[in-house]
Amino acid sequence: MARSLFDKLWDAHVVVPESEDSPAILFIDLHLIHEVTSPQAFAVLEERGLPVRRPDLTQATLDHSTPTLPPGPDGRLPYATEDAEKQVHQLEANCAKHGIDLLGLDDPRRGIVHVVGPELALTQPGKTIVCGDSHTSTHGAFGALAFGIGTTEVGHVLATQCILQRKPKSMRITFEGELSPGVGAKDMALAMIAQIGADGGQGYAVEFAGPAVEALSMEARMTLCNMAIEAGARVGMVAPDDTTFAYLEGRERAPQGEAWDAAVARWRELPSDRDAQFDSEVRVDAAAIRPMITFGVSPDAAAPVTGNAPRPANDSEREAAEYMRFAADRPFAEAKVDRVFIGSCTNSRMADLREAAEVMRGRKVADGVIALIVPGSEAIRQQAEAEGLHTVFAEAGAEWRMPGCSMCIAMNGDQGAPGELVVSTSNRNFVGRQGKGVRTVLAGPATAAASAIAGHIADPSQYLGTEARDAA
Amino acid sequence: MQPEPFNRLEARTLVVRQSNIDTDQIIPARFLTTTTREGLGKSAFYDWRYTEDDQPKNASPFPVAGAGDRQVLVAGANFGCGSSREHAPWALLDYGFRAVISSDIADIFKSNALKNGLLPVEVDQRTHAALLERPGIRIVIDLESCTLETEDDIRAQFTVEPFARRCLLDGVDPLGHIVAHEEAIAAYEAAAA
Repeated sequence: MARSLFDKLWDAHVVVPESEDSPAILFIDLHLIHEVTSPQAFAVLEERGLPVRRPDLTQATLDHSTPTLPPGPDGRLPYATEDAEKQVHQLEANCAKHGIDLLGLDDPRRGIVHVVGPELALTQPGKTIVCGDSHTSTHGAFGALAFGIGTTEVGHVLATQCILQRKPKSMRITFEGELSPGVGAKDMALAMIAQIGADGGQGYAVEFAGPAVEALSMEARMTLCNMAIEAGARVGMVAPDDTTFAYLEGRERAPQGEAWDAAVARWRELPSDRDAQFDSEVRVDAAAIRPMITFGVSPDAAAPVTGNAPRPANDSEREAAEYMRFAADRPFAEAKVDRVFIGSCTNSRMADLREAAEVMRGRKVADGVIALIVPGSEAIRQQAEAEGLHTVFAEAGAEWRMPGCSMCIAMNGDQGAPGELVVSTSNRNFVGRQGKGVRTVLAGPATAAASAIAGHIADPSQYLGTEARDAA
Repeated sequence: MQPEPFNRLEARTLVVRQSNIDTDQIIPARFLTTTTREGLGKSAFYDWRYTEDDQPKNASPFPVAGAGDRQVLVAGANFGCGSSREHAPWALLDYGFRAVISSDIADIFKSNALKNGLLPVEVDQRTHAALLERPGIRIVIDLESCTLETEDDIRAQFTVEPFARRCLLDGVDPLGHIVAHEEAIAAYEAAAA
């Protein structure tokens, strides 16, 4: 029988099949953990006297609570609170006790969990990957079955390397046609979410397909899969191909030599069979997508940046419009920007930083605008500095920081002030997500950078050449 | 840690009509630096309950003191979307809720809620609309029969994933269930090696 990528990934990891009474027991190939959602899981192991079953399949990093400013004169990192620092030390202690590899604060490989997994090639096609973080869908870009879990499940995986799971339904979202120049993966994601809704993918594992997806770089595919959860889908994935293999080859944890050839041969079997059936099929017109922003407090409230704010159609939309202070029928470009954040597991990779730098090069951040640029990992920070991007940002008047989740989740002290309008390359525009009372506008890196320069929400095309992005 | 068994709940409802109530609303991220799961009720819907300078808001739908006898939260569609933080059900339980009713509840939140004894109840659109119109109404939710009934005779059936239901009704331990399949796990590992 013809099987989809998702069917193949699922079938290969069933330890005990699903029955009417019980979910399947699935084996997990890679468990990523971080400081925020793991302490209570380790506490459960402690209570029950259980060891970590497979520390060799567990990778820890520090990203959510960590400062992005360097240590002060006393050599201490400027943690937002004592609790934040305690949480970091708790993960260090838990990893030491259980023999888990931790990308610690001094590790040149440290970074955001969904950035470093792929960078180290821990993320590979065919794997099951879980993490106590909803943006684990990012790893699906490699043809992995990757999804976010809660802390109780983190405990289950630590103790058994397995998880209880009912097989979700399957959805294929096909992007037909080619992207226009200056349109990127973030715009695809926002357009897709606007089309199907913030709960349109609920209960589904999504495969992104079509020529516009095949043409994307791995970094762009990660951006797209990252946002699957914003459409309600825990899983977003792309079939592995030569682009995938070229990204992984030679990286730290990629198979080497003959093992590499054997792995690639296996991975080539993963893409969905021609006649594979999906429970739901969605088509998105890629050629019609324009640079997008969000104007509400849910990621599906998205529209082209060159447009006008729509009229609210119900109470929820009216409340969102009041919070965001967008006047109906007025151009988005009239909205003054206070702060810009370029970073997060959605858009903090080299391609994103180069895109932002292209806009900012030789220009100045508008008066009164604070622009924060936070690389996704130490490796990215070093590469960007080797390319001189930090100088481009500094000369433009933007702040260049240490890697971490930073203003995406705003729990490390990086945040906006009440009432501020923040154009952000992160993934959530929820009320107060980036600080109490902060109004978040989601966008791609070029749009965010353009808005920093213009001082108001801005179409990036005026600052960019006409070369297509995300094609490399 | 095993949740309290859940069988039958008789309580009043607390209604918030907004759709897409995300887990950042349920508990803002700045409260996630905790390393325990206790005492999060004070942070539940914090920015809905308190002003920017931490004063109680008069107009909040959420009482400062906790849910009291309004143990059933009725909310708009797509409740619990966003982050996977299990702190969300921990906070709602500690605040005093035992069940959440909506027309659809986000996948990860639903899974987290079930593991902690906070019953997520998804009902049809008509029942949902009727419940949204009747804040404070008395309601009985019966997990054994998977039915709910209000004092003015709104009746509805709902479904709960059978294993999670058994865990809640009979105190079955999900981790124990996985551990009991040790042989199969070891065999899978041996075959994969």
